[in-house]
Amino acid sequence: MSKELIRLTDCVMAFDDEVVLDKINLSIRDKEFLTLLGPSGCGKTTTLRIIGGFQTPTSGDVLFDGVRINAVPPHKRTINTVFQKYALFPHLNVYENIAFGLRIPKADASGKKVKLAEEEIDRRVMEMLEVVNLKGFEKRRTTQLSGGQQQRVAIARALVNRPRVLLLDEPLGALDLKLRKDMQNELKRIQRAMEITFVYVTHDQEEALAMSDTVVVMDAGRIQQIGSPEDIYNEPENAFVADFIGESNIIDGIMRADGVVEIFNRRFQCLDSGFNKDEAVDVVIRPEDVDIVPEDQGQLKGTVTSVTFKGMQYDIIVDFYGFKWLIQTTDLSPVGSRIGIKIDPDGIHVMKKSEYSGMFGDYSSYSEEYEEISDASYDPEEEDRDEE
Amino acid sequence: MRNKLSWFAVPYVGWMALMVVIPILIMVVYAFTTAEFQGTLENYAEMGVYASVFLRSFRLALIATLVCLLIGYPVSYWMAHEGPGFQRVAMALIMLPMWMNFLLRTYSWMSILENNGLLNQLFQNIGVIDLYNSAGTLFTDLRNSVAIRFAEDPAEFIPIKYFPIDHFELIGTPGAVVLGMVYNYLPFMILPIYSVIVKLDSSLLEAARDLGADSAGVFRKVILPLSLPGVLSGVTMVFVPSVSTFAISRLLGGGAQLMLGDLIEQQFLGGAYDPHLGAAISMVMMVIVVVCMVVMNRFGEGEEQAVML
Ligand SMILES: Nc1ncnc2c1ncn2[C@@H]1O[C@H](COP(=O)(O)OP(=O)(O)OP(=O)(O)O)[C@@H](O)[C@H]1O
Ligand SMILES: [Mg+2]
Repeated sequence: MSKELIRLTDCVMAFDDEVVLDKINLSIRDKEFLTLLGPSGCGKTTTLRIIGGFQTPTSGDVLFDGVRINAVPPHKRTINTVFQKYALFPHLNVYENIAFGLRIPKADASGKKVKLAEEEIDRRVMEMLEVVNLKGFEKRRTTQLSGGQQQRVAIARALVNRPRVLLLDEPLGALDLKLRKDMQNELKRIQRAMEITFVYVTHDQEEALAMSDTVVVMDAGRIQQIGSPEDIYNEPENAFVADFIGESNIIDGIMRADGVVEIFNRRFQCLDSGFNKDEAVDVVIRPEDVDIVPEDQGQLKGTVTSVTFKGMQYDIIVDFYGFKWLIQTTDLSPVGSRIGIKIDPDGIHVMKKSEYSGMFGDYSSYSEEYEEISDASYDPEEEDRDEE
Repeated sequence: MRNKLSWFAVPYVGWMALMVVIPILIMVVYAFTTAEFQGTLENYAEMGVYASVFLRSFRLALIATLVCLLIGYPVSYWMAHEGPGFQRVAMALIMLPMWMNFLLRTYSWMSILENNGLLNQLFQNIGVIDLYNSAGTLFTDLRNSVAIRFAEDPAEFIPIKYFPIDHFELIGTPGAVVLGMVYNYLPFMILPIYSVIVKLDSSLLEAARDLGADSAGVFRKVILPLSLPGVLSGVTMVFVPSVSTFAISRLLGGGAQLMLGDLIEQQFLGGAYDPHLGAAISMVMMVIVVVCMVVMNRFGEGEEQAVML
């Protein structure tokens, strides 16, 4: 593990008494790819702006290499930013946009301001153009570039200064899916090659999982969980994280003993332990962790209420005792059919109850939407018979 | 017309044809004819006499434009960086004088600048005139006492006499004319510059800071070049009315600062009645103004490119 580079301790950001960030504690290691992930308005950009120096936290400390930098202005930080809307200079061409930072005299070791030689600037700009695959575009006006090209200019303009840290605020937001995927790989490649710490903001959970070493899940100005993509996906800390990262069925359960959780009055084997006996918990079951079996062999039995073809798999909504689950399967079970399911112990994840309990993980609304479309005849009578 | 709505433009186009194009045509006809409507270029030959008026017009208009720019840019910049409430109030204050009739405003300046006007009375009352006179006497005496020592023949030395003033010469000077123009046209400089600066994307300024520019650098490398279009249109909007102004120069210039506008007016309304010469002068002025504008716009583009390269 590399050493810590940036630390936020108890950072609070309030705008006119409205608390936007609530006691953020975050440690960013040197050369890591860290992603801030969360829904719109959760405070991602604000966190980034605090690191970049565009905002001073109302309280709390920002440390860089162990030095408190709360009051250091942006132009004195060895941090560069790729802005949410690129913010390329419209009066400058591609070359001059990238050279912008290099043309500003920097204080050297003795504190004297020195200007880079023109050849050095040219060499570094050209090198950067090569890195972002924009050779031959130097003389273009930035307004004549596509979204993806503008975005790469913005990245080059930041990286050419060889910052310790690059902050990227939803840099791929405006791109189409294909270009997004290409740029994700590209960014990852650049980050590895240049050995720069990336702090990346997105509200796209797939992007976060695919690119990051560390994911920070945020909601409502608070950090919900920090961990590797695998941790975040497999071991979500609460219902919010489970719901935000991937699809989840979240069911009320009771922890009967270590490794035994009860849902719908049936006991399931699981791998979780450390809860009080008979503690009420939230249970996460991922749609892909459910095996469909003939009805009589199932641990739970239910009725398929909707089927959606998704290419790789079918998304089916199954009604278990009035609670609707999303299950992903490659075998088609037609609407109205009765099925049974089995869940392996490692497909069950138990979480402590939180303020988010009961808010997520039920696919009722989802299913109704589809019912109307698929015109499934849903018979509640059938359900009653099953209960007996 | 492809767009149905463009029919609404017909009245305006008709109006323009009637009130702009036709008068210009009439002007062209007058400019190239004699009083008997015989084709001639004589009107242009006659104009040489007025070369000094041409020069003065352009000089004073240039100075007024420059002063407007020097005052207007900082004011616009400062306004654009204040809160929206402040901006509204400041905008209202800047527009306020425009609600008053132009002539009225200029007459007001006359009564301020006159020999026994408000300003001179103020100077008198607070003793500035007395102070000036004492200083004048002192310096004259000093100069005389020094000069007499170096004089070849002290007996024949004639000391300079200081004549005390009872007012400053304000009205009738080029300065008064420039002041009148600046006062009247300053809003036309502030408005376009302000509206460009206030619309600048704040993320551009943050990007410049992010890349290492300090406040001065952000201004020089981002704000200034991006506000150039506003400056150009401000300069145009001040220079064109300034160079062709007539009432201001007549009222504040006290007849001594005749400008092109006055000259033309005289040919149509004044004693020197000669509409053909008036039309010719108007033509020349128009051509010069158009050339200036074209050059300016070229310069503007060039500037943008120069920044780019
Ligand atoms: N300058 C400001 N003044 C007042 N409120 C602000 C300011 N900046 C941000 N906020 C508020 O702070 C909250 C978080 O904003 P922030 O921009 O950090 O969200 P975000 O996570 O980046 O959202 P998005 O994904 O939409 O960009 C929002 O509710 C926003 O309205
Ligand atoms: Mg944001």
